[in-house]
Amino acid sequence: MIDITIDGEVVQVVSGSTLLDACRLIGKDQPTLCYLETLSPVNVCRVCVVELEGSRTLVPSCSRMAESGMVVQTDSERVRHSRKVVLEFLASSVDLSLAGSEVRDWLDQYEARPDRFGPRAAPTGDRDRRHAGHHHRTTGSVAETVQQSIKIDNPLYVRDYSRCILCYKCVEACGEDAQNTFAIAVAGRGFDARISTEFDVALPESACVYCGNCIGVCPTGALMFRSEHELRQAEMWEEERQTVTRTICSYCGVGCNLDLHVQDNRIEKVTSPQDHDVTSGHLCIKGRFGYEYVQELGDLATTPIDEVLARARQH
Amino acid sequence: MILLWGSNARAAHPIFFHHVLRGIHNGARMYCIDPRRSESARWADVWLGIDVGSDIALANAMGKVIIDRGLHNDQFIRHATTGFDDYVQMVNDYPLGRATEITGIPGGAIEEMAIAYATAETAQICWTLGITEHHNATDNVLALINLALLTGHVGRYGSGLCPLRGQNNVQGGGDMGAIPNKLPGFQDVENDELRARVEGIWGRSIPPKRGWHLTQMFEAMEAGMLRGLYVIGENPAESEADVNHARKLLDHLDFMVVQDIFMTRTAERADVVLPSAADWCESEGTVTSSERRVQRVRKALDPPGEARTDLDIVSHMAEAMGGGWGRPSAEEAWDELRRVSPMHAGMAYRRLDALGGIQWPCWNEDHPGEKFIHHRLWADPLVGDPVPFIPTEWVTPVDRLTQDYPYRLTTGRHLDGFNTGVQSGGFDSPIRIGGTLDLSSEDAVRLGVNDGDVVRVSSRRASIDVPARVDEGLREGLVFMTLHYPETADVNQLTIEAWDPKSGTAEFKATAVRLEKVGA
Repeated sequence: MIDITIDGEVVQVVSGSTLLDACRLIGKDQPTLCYLETLSPVNVCRVCVVELEGSRTLVPSCSRMAESGMVVQTDSERVRHSRKVVLEFLASSVDLSLAGSEVRDWLDQYEARPDRFGPRAAPTGDRDRRHAGHHHRTTGSVAETVQQSIKIDNPLYVRDYSRCILCYKCVEACGEDAQNTFAIAVAGRGFDARISTEFDVALPESACVYCGNCIGVCPTGALMFRSEHELRQAEMWEEERQTVTRTICSYCGVGCNLDLHVQDNRIEKVTSPQDHDVTSGHLCIKGRFGYEYVQELGDLATTPIDEVLARARQH
Repeated sequence: MILLWGSNARAAHPIFFHHVLRGIHNGARMYCIDPRRSESARWADVWLGIDVGSDIALANAMGKVIIDRGLHNDQFIRHATTGFDDYVQMVNDYPLGRATEITGIPGGAIEEMAIAYATAETAQICWTLGITEHHNATDNVLALINLALLTGHVGRYGSGLCPLRGQNNVQGGGDMGAIPNKLPGFQDVENDELRARVEGIWGRSIPPKRGWHLTQMFEAMEAGMLRGLYVIGENPAESEADVNHARKLLDHLDFMVVQDIFMTRTAERADVVLPSAADWCESEGTVTSSERRVQRVRKALDPPGEARTDLDIVSHMAEAMGGGWGRPSAEEAWDELRRVSPMHAGMAYRRLDALGGIQWPCWNEDHPGEKFIHHRLWADPLVGDPVPFIPTEWVTPVDRLTQDYPYRLTTGRHLDGFNTGVQSGGFDSPIRIGGTLDLSSEDAVRLGVNDGDVVRVSSRRASIDVPARVDEGLREGLVFMTLHYPETADVNQLTIEAWDPKSGTAEFKATAVRLEKVGA
């Protein structure tokens, strides 16, 4: 066991714990955007930073290991200021309207004023083609954003990178932490950084195998089931009317837990619980998207299978 | 260390393969034994491209290497097994030279794998239908079990034998007694004492003799001994080997009832169709996964039209027959099962919910279930009977390769497909490539075919025309098809009905075919 001090309180944690673990142990959860229990920390969002006595810089609590005798401040002026600025940068440039409600709470908590950088600049439309160094100095009168059009290039899910905070979770889930397909990575540098397939090809030309594990970990709604996207466009997505039912996938014998999100007796989205040790929240294309055959498709008892399948394909 | 044997888990069991990959990233070595260099094989340290149906020769040769080098676990063998001497004698007939001749695998690779397996601290053998869809399926499995007994890689955390089930309740079906010779909980139906106990709970007498398995049923249809059939959630008119023959037999029945969620080709032939609810999302119950984990399935959707749950249909049927079961809920039916099957006794619904499923055996409500089984083999003194080595000899697949039928056709799954495609065909998969005849680039050149050219694939039973697709994972002489597209690529017209007398599994994996180019 290791003793550390957090905001004046002595905490005992097991060796190998992070500062975030220690904070959570005493009920002082820290804001995080890029951290997820099932993924390796990548330390990019910087909202979980805390002040560590003797350290020149603030340290990310999600990955900094607790060491005996550490003295940590989670709510000092420096921490609050850093979190406020990070949240202002994100909220001024990214559409956070579908991010979890905790993000808006943090904006309030840290008195973030994203509008202080000026009105949002008009979208440039070239974010996927930018190169390092090809920039002009801005006037500072408007806030540049990552706004761009939604990528809809396949029947199963959409990518709305106007909502992307570059937390890397999708890259991690597609890569070594789960799926090991490596279809996406971060391209570009600085404000031009963006999630991209190789050479920005459309998903059907990429290595993507449509497991949807990127959607499962996306915290801001940038990656979304096409069914959810279309319902939202039609203003018919009504989460308060939906039920979420846990069941087991039928497509093989592994026993993956599925949470079926149902609205009007139709499955609109499938997720998996991150705290279940079979899936850790990850699924394959069949478990994630292979449910169309149970949707309302006419009278199954009297319709020949070919017609049912043809109708399903039109959906 | 992982021996992935006759399994393309990357495509067929993707989330299990996530766990394998985590092991590989943590330094586990993987040997993949598969005729194809599959998506799974690409992650292996070593891929052993085995000739279809020669697995026993490979396993026996590994056994000989291990024994010759003194790497067998002598202490475990003496403590927990019988029949070692007979096994030694039998594997002596499988020196590396002969094994290479039979399997097509270089002797050095066999030797390396055998040594790596025997000397690994922990090792798993994981297999799928590449082992079991053969006419000698049970012998294939026994040959693998012999290796685990030889090295003591069983009954310990991290070591074991792991058959990967293809559907969410293959394991559960057997556990519940939906096999011809067992009552729920693997209690032998021909054991008078066990049967009497269950008769006491059910208040009914149970036939004292085992029934027929699927393949025997088709034989009984042929012999005119089986005239009526009640099919629940199975599509034999598309899934049986030598399917034209199976369809004929189904058409000649006096009476057939099909209970299914779809109007399948089997249902189209039925006298009565009972539309049922989908078990995994339109009704309540439990399923049991490959790791013996019992988990609940729950109703998320109302079933369409007049469809009812299987439990409801069967209860009504029982009522019509004077059964007097009433209308039990899924939980009530499960609680009865817990009284019948001792190994499920502790699995109350509330415990299944709280623990995210429980792995059997679970003897009472204080028992947490077992992460792995067979640890009794390490208990000192040994608990229960020792396990016998069962020597198994290699034999060739039934459908021989000849000059007229020189190509070996084997079958498997695509990542986005499932069995005959009834379910997986319903969603719009961007990676679906449809039914093709996959072949090596060498054979493509020989036959003058390119991707998309139509080839006629003929076995001794039928011919079908399908588009060709060159797959660099295939070796000369080996061709591949999936079973997902019976409407356009009805591979089971080609497969042979030869089946394993012990398990009833047909030899889907080994068909001899001829190929001709018929058009571009």
